[in-house]
Amino acid sequence: MQTENVLEMQGICKSFPGVRALHNVSFTLRKGEVHGLMGENGAGKSTLIKVMTGVYEKDAGHMMVEGKPIHFRSPEEAQDFGVGTVYQEITLCPNLTVAENMFIGRGRYAFVNWKRMKEKTTQLLGSFGIPARPTQQLSSCSLAVQQMIAIARAMDMDCKILILDEPTSSLDEDEVRKLFSLMRELKSRGVGIVFVTHFLDQVYEISDRITVLRNGELIGEYDASSLSQFELVSKMMGKALEDVSQMKRREPSARDGGEPVLEATGLSSAAGVRPFDFTIRKGEINGFTGLLGSGRSESVRAIFAADKVTGGEIKMNGKKVKISEPIHAMKLGIGYLPEDRKGDGIIADLSVRDNIVLALQVLKGFFKPLSRKQAEAFAEEYIEYLKIKAPSTSTPITSLSGGNQQKVILARWLLTHLQYLILDEPTRGIDVGTKVEIQRLVLKFAEDGVSVTFISSEIEEMLRTCSRLIVMKDRAIVGELTGENLTETDIMHVIAG
Amino acid sequence: MARMKSYGSQLFLPLSVLAILILVNLIKGSSYFSISIINGALYGNIPNILFGASELVILAIGMTLVTSSAGSQDLSVGVAATITSAVFVWVLLSAGKITWITILAAFLASCVVGILIGTFNGALVAALNVQPIVATLIVYTAGRSIAFLIDGKLSPILANNLTYEIGSEIPGVPIQTPIILTAVFVVLFAVLLRTTNLKLYSQSVGINQRAARLNGINPVRIKFLAFMIMGVCTAVAGFIAVTKAGRHDSVNLLKDIEMDAILAVAIGGSSLYGGKFSITGSIIGAYTIEVLNRTLLRLDVDPDAIKAFKAVFIIILMVIASPAVRELAGNGTKWVRDRLGGAVQIPTAIGEDAAVDPKSDISAKKEV
Repeated sequence: MQTENVLEMQGICKSFPGVRALHNVSFTLRKGEVHGLMGENGAGKSTLIKVMTGVYEKDAGHMMVEGKPIHFRSPEEAQDFGVGTVYQEITLCPNLTVAENMFIGRGRYAFVNWKRMKEKTTQLLGSFGIPARPTQQLSSCSLAVQQMIAIARAMDMDCKILILDEPTSSLDEDEVRKLFSLMRELKSRGVGIVFVTHFLDQVYEISDRITVLRNGELIGEYDASSLSQFELVSKMMGKALEDVSQMKRREPSARDGGEPVLEATGLSSAAGVRPFDFTIRKGEINGFTGLLGSGRSESVRAIFAADKVTGGEIKMNGKKVKISEPIHAMKLGIGYLPEDRKGDGIIADLSVRDNIVLALQVLKGFFKPLSRKQAEAFAEEYIEYLKIKAPSTSTPITSLSGGNQQKVILARWLLTHLQYLILDEPTRGIDVGTKVEIQRLVLKFAEDGVSVTFISSEIEEMLRTCSRLIVMKDRAIVGELTGENLTETDIMHVIAG
Repeated sequence: MARMKSYGSQLFLPLSVLAILILVNLIKGSSYFSISIINGALYGNIPNILFGASELVILAIGMTLVTSSAGSQDLSVGVAATITSAVFVWVLLSAGKITWITILAAFLASCVVGILIGTFNGALVAALNVQPIVATLIVYTAGRSIAFLIDGKLSPILANNLTYEIGSEIPGVPIQTPIILTAVFVVLFAVLLRTTNLKLYSQSVGINQRAARLNGINPVRIKFLAFMIMGVCTAVAGFIAVTKAGRHDSVNLLKDIEMDAILAVAIGGSSLYGGKFSITGSIIGAYTIEVLNRTLLRLDVDPDAIKAFKAVFIIILMVIASPAVRELAGNGTKWVRDRLGGAVQIPTAIGEDAAVDPKSDISAKKEV
């Protein structure tokens, strides 16, 4: 049997000052296969992909595309050889139109044929079933749609090698299904697809083979059909991990009947969520669930006044309070970990230390700065407590992996000793190990008496952590599930109405 | 990427430029550092540089703060200082008698006007979201005419001992007064940074306004504050400039200094797109510009051609500081280090993901 390798990489090494990102890694991609690239954060997946796409130059090793040795010096060069990429975070231009984004940086011409561009875009959007208009500004599309546009763009570039780095992390199930059917279509046309994801189920659903990296080294290449999910996880973690799905569901405790911490009535916001009522008790973990765009994020943002509040009342510990700015919520002991880590969460260039102490510092006030020593002590305490992997407290937060950035933001809120913590997709786009860790932490906070609202696209995760789920549809609450009714099927029934 | 560098290497550029300039001066004549005492006051190149750069240092400090939080520059600083100093002269001369008290009163009045101008700029930028360069262009355009009107269409003269002593030296004090005033200002500003969260807040707002707000910071208030502090800076700079000159020339006072102030911030290693900043860097940058001006004079460059020479120098400087050259230099040092077997430690701190993503800046800059 002859299978043609469209991409071959041998003995790839890549180092950064102080970090050995890749060491002697090999990778092959066949024509017409989907190849899952798996590993924890910091395993070297991103670096390997960036070597493939010419973002980084490799320090050592060989690379061949369709049997020809090549050496990419820039992403443009890689593009010319038919390597297309869709990155984890959307790297299009939010303030340009959909059509412009579709064709930006692709033309070799000085002039633009706007009419043709528009027609072509309309046709592309139509063929992929993407609900967007060519003249629409990209930022007005939902994250999911933006992601699909990025994929359509890459697919339109006649690529032989398509690299999808976490393409599904912001898509709902329906959209994932659409994406997978597109991937199968491309597969049948002979395109080799590298698929990076943290969703184990998805890897198995679509991949032919799986390559596992750990700490910058190749662990192995396997046929997806002969590698069990449990084996895969232990290879990624480097140790036999207790099966993630075996994690015990939280037992309902006496606390669930405790005093309400926060009660909202008729709350609505400028982000378009319909007036809703909401209560959370001391030490309770509840969650908002629903399809993407159902209004779950908008609801919690309304509680924290992250979007402009347009109506409703909030009682905190039985007393009526006014929350019209995030600072008011913070002063009442509420913390909010936003869905969009990069845009709303981290302060990019600042150090891990500054990012950890930020909320506490703001609560203390403008005229009461923490001393360098105090800040250092706090940062170190929480780096240790949450096991944040950071070279030092002065490292810029952007040089940490996504999971560790998320933990820094978690640390930021824990430091304020809050009563109520809102976590919007805290586990999105981070590795399995950290995911489990964050779920455990959430359970621990609740033990300590903190109330938590937890939102996740992975219903499994919510079922494991939450004792009450509020189901949303079309920006309104359509149901609430507790106890025995907390199952995936019940949620589906409520959503389907 | 230029913003990822550590604090130490941030000061590397301005310090090395300063060192090169001083070296050039030493080659030209070894007496560069010599200081003589005439009539109990210090004279020499170094006192001259410190004296000459006073206003620029103060304005560069304010510019750094505005740049950090607003992500853009204030073009009106030189003109605003001309207005505040016009107010100072007007109040002082209308008071009739010139005493320490009337000088103080006039100075405070000029500070109030400076803060008002800052409030005006701040309102446009922070509350109405006008681009800072456009917003400050208003005062820049109108300011010198306003100062001329305050002056009564004249060029009033400060002919008295007290203001002379402020602008040059007080008998018995070996250091010129503007140098002392600048030092006091720098110390006060350092105290401000130490006793408040100004730095953390304005950096946060400059880097990611949305995240700053979600952490309880009010971005509008911080930008306002930056422009108001800038207003105080212009008042102090105007005060020093007019006492130095001894007369208020609303056309030429502190002409074009806003460009030097911006340049000082850039040389100091702070990004002109806002966010992280180094006040020390900006101060060194300001002195560097003064040394450059004086070096060109000392090298007998035709005074008419000085600006052209200065421009050439700035181009070289900016090319050296550009990310592309930095990367080359980084590779170069890596090459050297590899050959020396890791004996030399060069401070470059770029982590795996840090170096990658120019887009992160764009998304962080996106306003709500």
